[in-house]
This record gives sequence, C-alpha cells and structure tokens, in this order.
Amino acid sequence: MSEAAHAAMARRNPLARLWNDKESRQVIIQIISFVLIFAFFFMMVRNAVINLEAIGKDISLKFLWQPSSYDINQSLIEYSSRSSHFRAMIVGILNTLLVAVFGIALATILGFLLGISRLSKNWIINKMAYVYIEYVRNVPVLLHILLVHGMIINLLPLPRASLTIGDGAFLNNRGFFVPKPDFEPLFLAVAALFLGGVAFAFWFRKYARMVQDQSGKHYPVFWICLAAVAGVPLLAYFVLGAPITWEIPELQGFNYKGGMVLRPEFIALWLALSIYTAAFIGEIVRAGISAVDWGQNEAASALGITRGRTLHLVVIPQALRIIVPPLTSQYLNLTKNSSLAIAIGYMDIVATIGGISLNQTGREMECMALVLALYLVFSLLISAFMNWYNRRIKLVER
Amino acid sequence: MPETEKTHAELAVKIEAMHKWYGQFHVLKNINLQVRRGERIVICGPSGSGKSTMIRCINRLEEHQQGDIIVDGVELTNDLKNIETIRKEVGMVFQHFNLFPHLTVLENCTLAPIWVRKSPKAEAVATAMEYLERVQIPEQAHKFPGQLSGGQQQRVAIARSLCMNPRIMLFDEPTSALDPEMIKEVLDVMVELAQEGMTMLCVTHEMGFAKTVANRVIFMDEGEIIEENSPDQFFDHPEHERTKLFLSQILSH
Ligand SMILES: Nc1ncnc2c1ncn2[C@@H]1O[C@H](COP(=O)(O)OP(=O)(O)O)[C@@H](O)[C@H]1O
Ligand SMILES: [Mg+2]
Repeated sequence: MSEAAHAAMARRNPLARLWNDKESRQVIIQIISFVLIFAFFFMMVRNAVINLEAIGKDISLKFLWQPSSYDINQSLIEYSSRSSHFRAMIVGILNTLLVAVFGIALATILGFLLGISRLSKNWIINKMAYVYIEYVRNVPVLLHILLVHGMIINLLPLPRASLTIGDGAFLNNRGFFVPKPDFEPLFLAVAALFLGGVAFAFWFRKYARMVQDQSGKHYPVFWICLAAVAGVPLLAYFVLGAPITWEIPELQGFNYKGGMVLRPEFIALWLALSIYTAAFIGEIVRAGISAVDWGQNEAASALGITRGRTLHLVVIPQALRIIVPPLTSQYLNLTKNSSLAIAIGYMDIVATIGGISLNQTGREMECMALVLALYLVFSLLISAFMNWYNRRIKLVER
Repeated sequence: MPETEKTHAELAVKIEAMHKWYGQFHVLKNINLQVRRGERIVICGPSGSGKSTMIRCINRLEEHQQGDIIVDGVELTNDLKNIETIRKEVGMVFQHFNLFPHLTVLENCTLAPIWVRKSPKAEAVATAMEYLERVQIPEQAHKFPGQLSGGQQQRVAIARSLCMNPRIMLFDEPTSALDPEMIKEVLDVMVELAQEGMTMLCVTHEMGFAKTVANRVIFMDEGEIIEENSPDQFFDHPEHERTKLFLSQILSH
C-alpha cells in the first residue's frame, strides 16, 4: 500500500486517527497501563485473601494490641515484654530513625571531607582518600557491618578491663558507657540562654545582612553567632556552678550499671553505614566540585575575591546543584540499608515488627505490609525534603 | 621626586627579566615590558606562544619563577596582601566570559564590590547599573548569564570588571569565542574604554582594533617578545621574518 493510501485510510478510521495523534496516543497508553496495573494488584490481593481464608486466616491488625512478650535491648521509650506489639513497633521505628539520622549526619560530614581530600593537591591526603573510597565502595555493606561489630565484640576489652576515657566514660565490648546528666533547676537558666542564643543568631544574621547592604560594614557573623549559641550558655553554666550532676556508670558484677550506654549493635551499625555511605558521598562531592568550571575560580580571583569567599559565594552554590540529587539517593540507601541491622541484632523495624512480632503472631501479611509502608513513608519524606531543598537552591539559577 | 618613585608613579606595569616554566617547559623567556599609565598595548602572536600566560602573570593567576613584575608600584611576590591589593586594581576579561551562572547580571556586577570593596549594596547597585548602561545592556540586569547572547555576556563581563574601578584592564582574546556579528559590539565598548584613558593590555588578533587604539603592538613567539612597535610601523614595516609570516597568515584570512 502506498503512503497516500495509508494516510487516506487513517483519515477515514477515527480509531487510527486517535492512535496517530501524538497527544491522544499518550493518553491511550496511560489509560491502558493504568488498567493493567490495577488489574494486576487486584488479582494479587484477591488471591492472597482467598488463600488466607482457605487456611483459616483473616487480615486484621488486632494483634498489635496484644502483649509482645519479648524484650528489646535498646529502647528510646518505656518498653517491657508486657508492652503491646504496637509499642514494640514504635521502638523499632525510633531505633531505625535513630541510626538513620545519626548515620546520615556522620556520612555527610565524612563524605564531604573525603570529597575535598580527593581534590587536595597534597599527594598523601589525596591518595589516602582514594584508597579509602575504592576499598570501602567495593566491599558489601553487610560485611562492613559484621566487621565493625566483630571488632567491637572481639577486640575491645571486657568490662572489667574497660578503656577509661576522661573520668566517667568507659569503652568495652558491651558498649560505650557515658555519664548521664541529671538536670538541676538552675539548668533551666542555661537552657533558656541557649534558646535565646539561637533566636539571637537567626535575628543577627538578618541584621548583619541589612547593615552590610546599607553601610558595607561586615560583621564576623559566624563568630558572633557561635558566641551567642555556645559561648554565653557555656559561660552561664560555669558561673551558675555547673547545675548538672552526672550519674557516672559503675562496674557492678560483670557489667557497668547507671549512666547511658551506646550498645555495640548501635555503634557497629551506625559506624558501618556511615563509613560505607561516606565513600559514595565523597565521590559525589568530588564530582560536584570538579564539575564547576575552573574559570569560575579564576574570574573570582581576578576580581580580588579571596579563596574562602570564592568557595562560599561561587563554587559551592554551583556544586550543590550537582551534588544534591545523587546525595538524596545516598540518604535513601543508608536508611534502607539500616534494615541489615537484623544481622547483628540491632532492634530496628525489621527486627521488631518484621521479625519477632511476625514470628510470634504468625501475621506475616500484616507485618510485612507495615514494614513496607514504613520504609516507603521514610523514603518519601526524605525525598520530599531533599526535593524541596533542591528546588530552593535551584531557584538561584533561573 | 626621587627617580624610583617617579617611575613607579608613571608606570602601570613593569616586567623585568621575567621567566616562567611549566615543569620542564620554559614557557616565558626573559620578558621585559613597561606599560605607562593610560597606554594601550595589543599583544599578538601564534597560538601557544605564551600571550595568555604573560598577561595572567600580571594579576598572579600564574606565578613567575624569575625576574620582577611590578604592578601599580606594588611588587608581585608570594605576599598574599600584595596579590590582593593588585587584584583589586587590575580587571580581567576572559575569552570564555566566565560569568557566574548562578547569579543575575546585576549580582555578577555587585558581588566583588560588596565582598571585596565592602560597598553598601545600594551604592554597588548604582555603580553596576551605571556600567551596564555604558555597555548598553541595563535592561538585562535581572536576567541570568545563560539567557544572554555571547556578545552580551562579554559586555557584562567587562562591566563586572569595571565595577571594581580598576586602574588597569587585561583582555585575553575577548572576541575569539564570539560569532562574527557580535564582535563589533564588544570592540566598540573596548574602544570607548580606551578613549577614556584606561590602561589596557589586550591579547587580540583584531587588527582593526589594534590600529585604532593601540599605542604599541607586541608580537610574541615561543615565549619571547620578538617585536615591539607602533601599530603603523608594525603592520606596514614588520622587521622580523616571523612577524611577517604571522601577519601574512592572519591577513590572508
Ligand atoms: N597549565 C599549564 N601547564 C602546562 N603547560 C601549559 C599550561 N598552560 C599553558 N601551557 C602551555 O604554555 C604555552 C603557552 O600557552 P598560552 O599562554 O595559553 O599561549 P597563547 O595564549 O599564546 O595561545 C602553550 O604551549 C601551552 O600548551
Ligand atoms: Mg591564549
């Protein structure tokens, strides 16, 4: 058939016309995909419900309110084996969030240091960062976790022979024991000064900006804010006679009692996730900074802008635009990788509601759906925050 | 007035027996050059002859290893304060503009005055608008560099340098990255600047520009200054074989 005949037929047949139009074809494809996906999930759920019914099970979340009957070694809230499965899940969520937040913080700091080291002209620093990154990236994260955990358990001394740090902190293979603060009423004054300092710092940044715009005068904003936020409260703390009593951990029997403790599982998971993710962040930071044209540095230098200011005013704002999107996926990876906690018995979401609760109640559908939904919510929250941040720094361009 | 002070006051740039190496590669060999205040120097020569390297030594984007460079009476050494002082007084325009893409045209122009000269913002903005008007793009002040044509970008780059009130301007092939129809708008700005008495060192192959504004033309080859003459003499009666060859090559295009 000739081209012309094709075209003629298409004109006559309305369906063909819809299919050949670019916009309506897209709509048709979307409708078809939506129907297929919906049908697929409908079948899956129906199947599950039918099969569960066949073995006499229903889908219900009532089990969440039954006593959990198991202990959790690290809990940020009140919890005992008489607490409900729901409470066990909250403990798991908090533990996951704890390790994710601390992990993201440490991985970011380490990662930026690594990235900057990779750009250093100092041969030793540069090569050390290179070796670190290449080694760490190429070993699976589970191995890192087991390795760090193993080192803490096997290489650190028994409680009796603890490494003592300062006067009241003890490091041994049961964890890192530190003094617990007990706040006296006067401490409220220090806390108030701190909050006041933070508020002052926010106001002062704006004020300094305004003064600079009007008179050109530059305040040392960073140092003044640091003094307000940290210096003044610290001074007040000592002037008021140090209104905190410290509960020092003490050796009782085979272990330390009292104070606060970072457990080996937490330390291992936190360090391993940070070390691992930092290697990737290091590469992202290096790539982001080197993607900024060297001519930008030269133009700033030629204008008399100092090295530090050039970084802050010219290089970093441009590098961040390149760094932030892949950084987001590293944060997501770290959060999801924290589910490997189960390998060393850190009680996160997977170990609590997705592990012991599941085994004790036999509610695998419900538990797995909960775990899935929780990770999905965390990931979406992180993405939403990072996208918001990305848009904010992107607006600076165009 | 003592002799040295007088020469310093009159000389914008003084380069004496200057050498530079990139590793083993001897890129600048025994450069001697004196530029009086208000003088316009055009530097030409084949690609790779060291023209960019030489003018980049003047604001210390490159370090020299031997000899002296004195700019505006200040000697360039490793003394960071001196380098800072000189960079405030010496403006530079690059082949590829090097505007800051994340800042608007206006912010490009006020960044250094605000952070280096510590000008009040209103003053910096007023100065910037004045220079943007002089380069005839005040209406683009709130656009980003990526939204402008090459010629407009280069004019912004010139305005950005001028906002620091430099006493000396360095141009490194300011028109060679531009489409032919945009070259004139940039050269016009440069000619006007020359007529106002700015001290200028321009690396360029625009011979028309050289003839109109240059007091002297300098020809470089293989890291050396081969010939130095008034534009008329330089173009009509070149002395060296290499100069003749170079001129025949660029004029045949
Ligand atoms: N950073 C550098 N390292 C090594 N060699 C360089 C560097 N920059 C320039 N060169 C070399 O120095 C010579 C002069 O370069 P340049 O001053 O850019 O020449 P021109 O501007 O006259 O074309 C060229 O041979 C170039 O390859
Ligand atoms: Mg060049």
